[in-house]
Amino acid sequence: MIKSIIGRKVGMTSIFTEDGQHTPVTVIQAGPCFVVQRKTVQKDGYSAVQLGYLPIRERKANKPMRGHFKKAGLPPMKFLCEFRIPDEINVEVGEEITVSSFKPGDIVKVTGTSKGRGFAGVMKRWGMSGQRDSHGSRYHRQPASLGPQGPQRVFKGHRMPGRYGGKTVTIRGLKVVGVDSENHLLLLKGSVPGWKGSIVKIQADKP
Amino acid sequence: MDMRLIQQVEQLYMRKDSLPDFRPGDIVRVVTKYTEDDKEKEQVFEGVVIRRRGSGTSETFTVRRIGAHNVAVERTFFLHSPAIVRLEVVRRQKVRRARLYYLRELKGKAARLREDRARAEADKQRGRQLESRAIADEASEDSAQE
Repeated sequence: MIKSIIGRKVGMTSIFTEDGQHTPVTVIQAGPCFVVQRKTVQKDGYSAVQLGYLPIRERKANKPMRGHFKKAGLPPMKFLCEFRIPDEINVEVGEEITVSSFKPGDIVKVTGTSKGRGFAGVMKRWGMSGQRDSHGSRYHRQPASLGPQGPQRVFKGHRMPGRYGGKTVTIRGLKVVGVDSENHLLLLKGSVPGWKGSIVKIQADKP
Repeated sequence: MDMRLIQQVEQLYMRKDSLPDFRPGDIVRVVTKYTEDDKEKEQVFEGVVIRRRGSGTSETFTVRRIGAHNVAVERTFFLHSPAIVRLEVVRRQKVRRARLYYLRELKGKAARLREDRARAEADKQRGRQLESRAIADEASEDSAQE
C-alpha cells in the first residue's frame, strides 16, 4: 500500500488526545483516489504513480483526458497528481487508495497552494518592523534603507514589496492523529497551506 | 467546505456525560484527575466561575479562587477535557454580566456575590423530583418482583 493521497482541506478544529492533551488539528477529506498511471524508470526515466481524485462525468473531460482514463479503465477525474515512489514498489493501475492506508502516529508531508495575499508590503511579506507611527514620523510601513552607499546599486534578491502567497508550499513532519475511513477524513496535527476547500497532496515523510 | 464535517469530528471528542448547568457567578467544585508516579490522583479546585467562552471542543471556563496567603488563583479548564472527572455546583449566585473581571479589583467582603435564591430553589426542586422518581422506580421494581 502506498502512502500518498490527494484531498481537500476541510478546516481546523481541536481534539483531545488519549492522554488528555488539547491538540490543534486540520481536517482533510482525502480520497478515495485511484492509480491512473504507473511511471517506471525503464519507460519514463523516473518512478512515480499518478493518482486521480473526484470522478466527473464523461462529457466534462476533454478528449485526450478521456483517452488517458480509458487506458486505466477508470472514469475521468477532476484532479491528477503524481507522487514519486521507489521503483520496486508494486502498484497496479486502477488500484484504490483510501485514508485507511494511513494510521495514527504516521508522519506525513502536505503540499498545497498557500493563501494568495496579492501585492503585499514589506511588513506583511517579510515581517519587517516598519517605522514609528508617531513622534513626527511620516514613514510608517516602508522598508527604510535598501543597502550601503558602496556599490551604488541595490543587491539582487533584496526584500521588497510584491506578490505574496499563492505559491506551492510543502509542510513537513505533520503527525496523523486520527483516521476516519467512513467519511474519508484524516486529522493532522498542526496547520496546512491554503484555504478551506483547497486541494492538498499528502504523502509519507521521513521522520 | 462543509462545516458539518468539522462538527462531526468535534462530536467524537466532546464529553458524553453532561456536566450540570452552571453560569458565571456560580461557585463550583471542579474535580480533575492527573497522574503522578503512574498513580491516578484527583485534585479539587473550588471557586467562582468568572467566564465561559467558546464552543465545540474549545469551550472553556475560568474559575477564580482565593488561595493560600490571600493570593488569588485563576484556572481555565476546557469544558470537554477528559481530565475533568466531576463538577458540582456549590452555590448559585446572582450576577449582572457575563465576564466577572471586576472581581479581580475587589478584595475580601466586597468580592462576595449575592445568592440566586430562585435558581437555588429550582435546583432543590429538581433534586427532590429526581429523588422521588428514584423512589418510585424502586417501588415499581419491588412490586414487579412481588
